[in-house]
Amino acid sequence: MSVVVRTIARILVPVILAFGGYVILHGHLTPGGGFQGGAVAASAVALLLVAFGAPSLKKLKSPLSVLEDLGGIAFVVLAFLGIGTTFFFNLLAGSGGLFGAASPIGPNAGFLSTGGTVPLMNWAVGFKVLGGLGAVMVLFGLFGGDDDR
Amino acid sequence: MRRWTVLAAFVIVAGSLLLGGARMRPFGAPRHDLMDRYFNAWSQTEAATSNVVTAIVFDYRGYDTLGEATVLFTAVIGVALVLRRLKR
Amino acid sequence: MIGNTPFVVCMVLVLLGLWALLFRRNLIKVVIGIKIVENGVNLYLVATGYVRGGIVPIYTYAPPDAAMVLPTPQALTLTSIVIGLATTALMLAFVVVIHRHKKTLDGRKVTELSG
Repeated sequence: MSVVVRTIARILVPVILAFGGYVILHGHLTPGGGFQGGAVAASAVALLLVAFGAPSLKKLKSPLSVLEDLGGIAFVVLAFLGIGTTFFFNLLAGSGGLFGAASPIGPNAGFLSTGGTVPLMNWAVGFKVLGGLGAVMVLFGLFGGDDDR
Repeated sequence: MRRWTVLAAFVIVAGSLLLGGARMRPFGAPRHDLMDRYFNAWSQTEAATSNVVTAIVFDYRGYDTLGEATVLFTAVIGVALVLRRLKR
Repeated sequence: MIGNTPFVVCMVLVLLGLWALLFRRNLIKVVIGIKIVENGVNLYLVATGYVRGGIVPIYTYAPPDAAMVLPTPQALTLTSIVIGLATTALMLAFVVVIHRHKKTLDGRKVTELSG
């Protein structure tokens, strides 16, 4: 695309990634969560794809796949944390450690350090969706044509 | 002939769907909401999460999310396998 | 008083997608029809959980003593949306491969597997 599109894309991509990170980080307090934030962050990959073309993003393919694998592994490991009680037991909720503060009951102003394993799973699923969607889009850009090599 | 059969089937399906939508229970008054009232009342105590939907997705019904993550993974692998070109 | 209008609108959306699914030949339009059916079903699921006068089930800055809509249909609709996205990616990949091999997007010209 033209130099205007490429310049605006360079400016906008960090903003989009930051907004996706915000949606993931506050997933247990405000509307949003891992899927939505990951989809928002993956739209940055779509913008790069439109602005710079698929061949220049070829080296982005394997990092995105690795990101998806890491997100999935982190999700399963976090689910196994509570295996002492049951699979997917929220072990960290109310334990006082990282994200371990107990949430106030009823309407509140929202405290970031609550939620137990839920925010960590938000991050895992967010990275997983970012990697999966970005990899699919880059694959379509690279190999989606009829006669491209 | 075949086209008219498909059209008749479509008309039957359309009639039943529209009738079922119009004759459903009143909008805004769900009947079986015991589980949802439990989630709304206890998600802040059990999962320490103010967002009830996130508490359900990642805590109460984590198995669904695990299966969904598997589906996403499989879709990425499937797209990569279907679209790749073998070197000749 | 809107009665059952949201349910009927969701059914109309499903029927529009079904029409495209049955009577269109272009495979891209068939995929779009499947997506319309899926969106109608998702909308129907969310409408199922609505409680009259309810607010979104999030306690952050919620007004006190407000009724909340049912959260389970929303959570499962979220799962359904992501699965629909994965299936759409797969369907579009198959359409690309069909066009690569047959040089056409007409679904009725792809007859290798028809009985």
